[in-house]
Amino acid sequence: MATVDARGLSCPQPVLLALGEMKKLGRGALEVLVDTDTSVENVTRAAESLGWSVKETQPEGGGYRLVLEKS
Amino acid sequence: MRFPTDENVIVGLERADDAGVYRVSEELALIQTVDFFTPVVDDPYAFGQIAAANALSDVYAMGGVPKTAMNLVAFPVKEMDLSILRAILQGGIDKIREAEVVLIGGHSVEDKELKYGLSVTGFVHPRRVLTKKNLRAGDRLVLTKPLGTGIVNTAIKAGLADAKLVERVTRTMAALNRAAAERLAAFRVHACTDVTGFGLIGHLAEMVSGSGTSVHLEAAAIPVFPEALDFARMGLIPAGAHRNREFREAMVDFDRGVSRERQDVLFDPQTSGGLLISLPAEDAGALCAQIRQEGGTAAMIGEVLPDPAERIRVG
Repeated sequence: MATVDARGLSCPQPVLLALGEMKKLGRGALEVLVDTDTSVENVTRAAESLGWSVKETQPEGGGYRLVLEKS
Repeated sequence: MRFPTDENVIVGLERADDAGVYRVSEELALIQTVDFFTPVVDDPYAFGQIAAANALSDVYAMGGVPKTAMNLVAFPVKEMDLSILRAILQGGIDKIREAEVVLIGGHSVEDKELKYGLSVTGFVHPRRVLTKKNLRAGDRLVLTKPLGTGIVNTAIKAGLADAKLVERVTRTMAALNRAAAERLAAFRVHACTDVTGFGLIGHLAEMVSGSGTSVHLEAAAIPVFPEALDFARMGLIPAGAHRNREFREAMVDFDRGVSRERQDVLFDPQTSGGLLISLPAEDAGALCAQIRQEGGTAAMIGEVLPDPAERIRVG
């Protein structure tokens, strides 16, 4: 699965990286690592705006791991 | 914490209003306020204008007339060219002049991070002070600038806003709240504040808390930058908007028809936002008409309800 590691980056960088990767992939699965609640909210919106869904949002290592999917 | 006080303090720290107010005589009270922040736009001249408009706004929001101002500057003098500081100060001075206020001093310090703002002093009649409190059932709520500047500024940082939008948003943030404020004296205004860092809902929540009333907002009537809705849908939302939502959402009931992005804009922190005014329905209509006739923005966005639950309903 492709991964975007946006830990340590502040808004709006995580969203831009996730949007760029989703557009590149077109569909499939994408793992996004972030470390703020704001990034979780914003990456979720970014995914849904492109027709992707958030399959998982899990706390991981002081941050969060999101799994995005589009079939 | 206990603050020193005296009988002439009309609005002090305990009230947490837009500015402090001190009675000098039966006819005159002083309004004092101070605000400064890091740059919100790239153009230093525009930043100076915005910071000044923002600082002056607190005096307008209290029903007063600003008279004098002092600069507050933090500047990384070793790393940054002094021409940047000159442009910021020029922006501030031009905005102060537009407001017919005089600059009578200031203070600067060396700092790693650039900051600019002003302390502003104004006058008001002691019996004409407008505060956040005193909403009355049946009042209409009027807002005088479009929302969404925080979200658009995030999109600007992301490089996704075009030059025309940057120009429009900058002009809105740099606009004085003076024209709207000067109209208020002719109407029966019950409460007033300006919309800044807590967003529309956050500032409205301060008005509603302790008022014994609730409010209903008409989401579709609230002026917004349409692009802010698109950017919010994409997730270009500043951290402050999420914090504002977390802090206040327990007070808010959104109808199902209010989209998530429209909700986001209602929580979006504003820089130098508009006035939020509560006044009787017939006065509200006339006030909006006057402001619009003079080319300003004014929209009736909701009403105050006799419901003592102190809720904010958005439909």
